Amino acid sequence: MLPVYYYLGLAIILFTIGALGVLIRRNAIVIFMSVELMLNAANLAFVAYARYWQSMNGQIFVFFIMTVAAAEVAIGLALIVTIFRTKASIDVDQISTLKG
Amino acid sequence: MTPQLLLFLVLALVAIASALGMLISRNAIYSALFLVLNFATVAVFFLLLNAPFIAVAQVSVYTGAIMVLFLFVIMLLGAERAGQIQAIQWQRPLAVALAVILLLEAGYILLGQRGVVPLVTTQLPDGFGSPAQVGTSLFSSYLLPFEITSVLLLVAMIGAIVLTKGEKK
Repeated sequence: MLPVYYYLGLAIILFTIGALGVLIRRNAIVIFMSVELMLNAANLAFVAYARYWQSMNGQIFVFFIMTVAAAEVAIGLALIVTIFRTKASIDVDQISTLKG
Repeated sequence: MTPQLLLFLVLALVAIASALGMLISRNAIYSALFLVLNFATVAVFFLLLNAPFIAVAQVSVYTGAIMVLFLFVIMLLGAERAGQIQAIQWQRPLAVALAVILLLEAGYILLGQRGVVPLVTTQLPDGFGSPAQVGTSLFSSYLLPFEITSVLLLVAMIGAIVLTKGEKK
């Protein structure tokens, strides 16, 4: 196995790109995809350490993160569809009021 | 250079390039397809890390279900080119600066700990990361979280239906 910090470094880079995506993109769907990228970077770190400590717990955590991500995507995309219906836009700068 | 290191470097390059592609693409469809490529390469990393079950789950759940949902919503809304205008001028440079700071901090900690964390090269136990082992863990020590997950998925399903149902006039 390669040293664990190779994988950690890659996870850090992917996480940073995801965070950057959340900060600079204005399209709500792309922001959402960046969040998925960050979750995936965390998953990579979990699996790398699970291999490192030879423990299954990290992999089980990744399994749970995947289910939470799936639920989050279902709800989030439903919200985006609803917002698009009322505002005809998914630009996050346009969605600055709570009122529908 | 061992074959494993070569594989890692090439795949890491593909993963970072596809993540950047997702970030830069103007069209949301291209972003989604770049993300599919990124998830697929991460699945190969999971295979390299002796996690075959997680790798297959990654391909089927992430690159399969979740990204298809994304593409479906993007095409349904026809919103792939939204977000051309930049409302706040200084937002982009500030975001890049903050991201660089985050990267430097994390990199500093990582490099600082490189000597502390020893290399483990011992043999893995038989069937590490196999579906059987994941299942045994899930249904013994993680039984309660697993059941709560099923409730969570039910809530997500009902929530998505209620949110998108639309009001009857």
